[in-house]
Amino acid sequence: MARTATAPGVPTTPLGKAALEIDDRLIVAGPLRRTLNKVFPDHWSFLLGEIALYSFVILLLSGTYLTFFFDASMREVVYEGSYAPLRGVEMSAAYESTLGLSFDVRGGLFVRQLHHWAALLFVASIVVHLLRIFFTGAFRRPRETNWLIGVALLVLAILEGFAGYSMPDDLLSGTGLRIASAIMLSIPVVGTWVHWAVFNGDYVGEYIVGRLYIAHVLLVPAIMLGLIAVHLLVLVKQKHTQFPGPGRTEHNVVGNRLFPTFAGKATGLFFIVFGVCAALGGLVQINPVWLWGPYNPAQVSSASQPDWYVMFLDGSTRLFPAWDINLPGNYTIPALFWPTVVIAGIIFTVLALYPIIERKLTRDTASHHLLQRPRDVPVRTSLGVMAITFYVVLLLSGGNDVIADKFDISLNAMTWIGRIGVVILPPIAYVLTYRICLGLEKHDREVLEHGIETGVIRRLPHGEFIEVHQPLGPVDEHGHGELAYGGAPVPKKMNQVGGARRAIRGFFRPIEEPAQVEIEQRREAHGLAAAEGDRELTTSGRPSDGGRPQEPRD
Amino acid sequence: MTTGETHRAGSTGGADVPGPLHGGPDDDYTPEQLAAMPREELDRLGARYDSVQILHVDPGPEPGSPVERRAVRQVALAFGIAGLAAFAALVVYVGSGWFLPDWHWTISEGGWSALFTPLVGALGGLSLILVGVGLVLYTKKLLPHETAVQDKHDGSHFDRVTTAATLVGGLHNSGLARRKLLTRSLVFMGGGVGLMLLMPLGGLIKNPNKGNPLGTTSWARGVRLVRDDGSPIRPGDQLPGSLETVFPAVPGGNREADAATMLIRLRPEQVAVDRPREGQADFGYGDYVAYSKICTHAGCPVSLYEQETSRILCPCHQSQFDVTQGAKPVFGPATRPLPQLPITVDDQGYFVARSDYIEAVGPTYWNRERI
Repeated sequence: MARTATAPGVPTTPLGKAALEIDDRLIVAGPLRRTLNKVFPDHWSFLLGEIALYSFVILLLSGTYLTFFFDASMREVVYEGSYAPLRGVEMSAAYESTLGLSFDVRGGLFVRQLHHWAALLFVASIVVHLLRIFFTGAFRRPRETNWLIGVALLVLAILEGFAGYSMPDDLLSGTGLRIASAIMLSIPVVGTWVHWAVFNGDYVGEYIVGRLYIAHVLLVPAIMLGLIAVHLLVLVKQKHTQFPGPGRTEHNVVGNRLFPTFAGKATGLFFIVFGVCAALGGLVQINPVWLWGPYNPAQVSSASQPDWYVMFLDGSTRLFPAWDINLPGNYTIPALFWPTVVIAGIIFTVLALYPIIERKLTRDTASHHLLQRPRDVPVRTSLGVMAITFYVVLLLSGGNDVIADKFDISLNAMTWIGRIGVVILPPIAYVLTYRICLGLEKHDREVLEHGIETGVIRRLPHGEFIEVHQPLGPVDEHGHGELAYGGAPVPKKMNQVGGARRAIRGFFRPIEEPAQVEIEQRREAHGLAAAEGDRELTTSGRPSDGGRPQEPRD
Repeated sequence: MTTGETHRAGSTGGADVPGPLHGGPDDDYTPEQLAAMPREELDRLGARYDSVQILHVDPGPEPGSPVERRAVRQVALAFGIAGLAAFAALVVYVGSGWFLPDWHWTISEGGWSALFTPLVGALGGLSLILVGVGLVLYTKKLLPHETAVQDKHDGSHFDRVTTAATLVGGLHNSGLARRKLLTRSLVFMGGGVGLMLLMPLGGLIKNPNKGNPLGTTSWARGVRLVRDDGSPIRPGDQLPGSLETVFPAVPGGNREADAATMLIRLRPEQVAVDRPREGQADFGYGDYVAYSKICTHAGCPVSLYEQETSRILCPCHQSQFDVTQGAKPVFGPATRPLPQLPITVDDQGYFVARSDYIEAVGPTYWNRERI
């Protein structure tokens, strides 16, 4: 035999030999095997964080490309590029180079728009990922650290986005920067000092675009990269949470191994995210700075809205009443301070501290690796929906002038709707959500106790009609299910417990034999075919049926 | 240091063999045993060492079956179209301006140059999306579906105790707890070096109260009111009810962040109800009044003038100011009226300022009232 010519286990193929050479030097076979064998639970909502990660990668790639052409300088130049309507107009070099990379760089506009879309997607996927973590209780011990890192990443992503869209020095971003300057000035005691430190003097000066640039391309991304690395390391170390289900405990993870299933799906998702950003970047115009024109402190357009993730602050600023606080000694706390610095501070502080707050209130200090269904934690779920309602009212108020214009509503009425709505809608949302959670919980219990409604009506010998219920497990002498609620979805339809045969595969014509499927289902004890022999759909499951002798089978 | 019999390889000589702590699975499984195992069994053996158990494997579609053939066709189609779209995107990118029309976009032109970016995005995006779709289809339809369980390990008591022993041992040997002088000098040194390293940040700090930059603008006695193009303005140049943005006639005046001013000619009805702020009754000139254009709320240029209601609206946060009441805020988040510029006419008949604004223009800040 050829194989015994060498010592056992010594590779004979070129690939095997190369692998041996590598492992001899780096000793990676062990760690690599552990990585490949790592088990990932399978649920669509676990992909949200991945979308954020992939958008970050896309942002790094496209952003690096943009730096090849962007000139972060506020030097005044006269535009002589290929966009005719602005030729001869005085503008900053930053704005001129943005026009240049949009019109005079092949594919530059495409990459710029891709970058902007990916930025919107990045913050959006962070927020949705955060909501998933929140509503399923994935932030509980031992994952509080990762929650904190996540909140820090969200704040940094918003700052990063603001710095990014402020750099082109167009009329829209300049207006945003002017408001940012006013917000800095509004801070009590140190406001003017902060402003002078950031802008190197009075607004607007000649430094701010350069400073935003280095923050946007180096400082903030470097911090974010470090935090993302820690976020992922902690995740790998602590392993994933999972939803409760068959065989899933606090001490294991059930799912797919990294290689090849999870790796295949994750790589697929990366390409889909990249593709969606690319398609948006080419097909859907975003931030056409050449239409806004160069920044001029004396000009502004109506409907000046920031990117969506800053809009809630714009909204709170529009809604907050005109309440300056005048202190003795002629000092003032400007009204602008409250809806911007204070509200944002409170929102993100409460968000960051939420795991600690919940731990204090519930006194639940145990480690949790199994997730909760939102309905099973009505208070947290209702608090979350309340917070979302508050946020959405602010977000919509950030565009209340556009709503007023498009729907022909008085602008002042929109402001008052927002002012009243931001106070009364969150409590209403809390109560409604609480009731819905309780209702869903009760329905789960009802199905566990009385079985699934089959839709089959039977007439009993003495004339009474009953609806036949399918118990989900063994029943006691009263006909009540004995299954306890396990925190997992309860099947509510007969199809979910194999009441019907699965569909035959094939689009234009079947590609499998119906008889074959029948046999397969019978083997797996699924579907009507399997159940025909031992059907016991006989009682309604109602308490009134308790103890009643079973109807004789015909 | 020698340890008796067990010599380790090194400059001291001795047998070049693994030390006594070497071992693990390699001692449990000889190469011969491993060579005798089929690949699948090896896979599961390795997984077991990583606390992973493969509970159930649903094999992929049977080789050669119609289900498999269809799945293979779908995946290949996705990858195939992805490749086609990628090459098409390349052709559009490289070919524009070569064998295809020029890609440079101009405002008047439709045609190819308006299609260049959408085509690159659509083809590139389609290609990338289909790569992803192909991969997902491959994983879902052609790979075996396995259900694996991995155990979570709680913190190990052994690890904690031994690590603590190493840490505390090191700390104890350093004697820092006893050597107070050393600890104190360390704290002192740490504070000093830390502050010294932060020191350069002091270069960012500038005094905002030097020369009252927030409270002054380029307006001064005798400075003409000019338009953006530098032309001066006479009374009667505008119709009643009009608003014009004016700047101080100084170099760069039209780019200054706080100098922009609105020159408003009131209509007779507005003049009739005009109630200027106290002490500012003579700031206007005839039916002309001039107010700062910089919003007292967040510094946006207030721009939208609705002359029927005499209101000026700031488009940023919808503060509204009434020009017949000294530009006092009547709605929205602004708290202070827009400052009024005292104006008159010089001996050549052009509008000039009588002085700078008598209060700070723009957003409120902490010590605004004190300057």
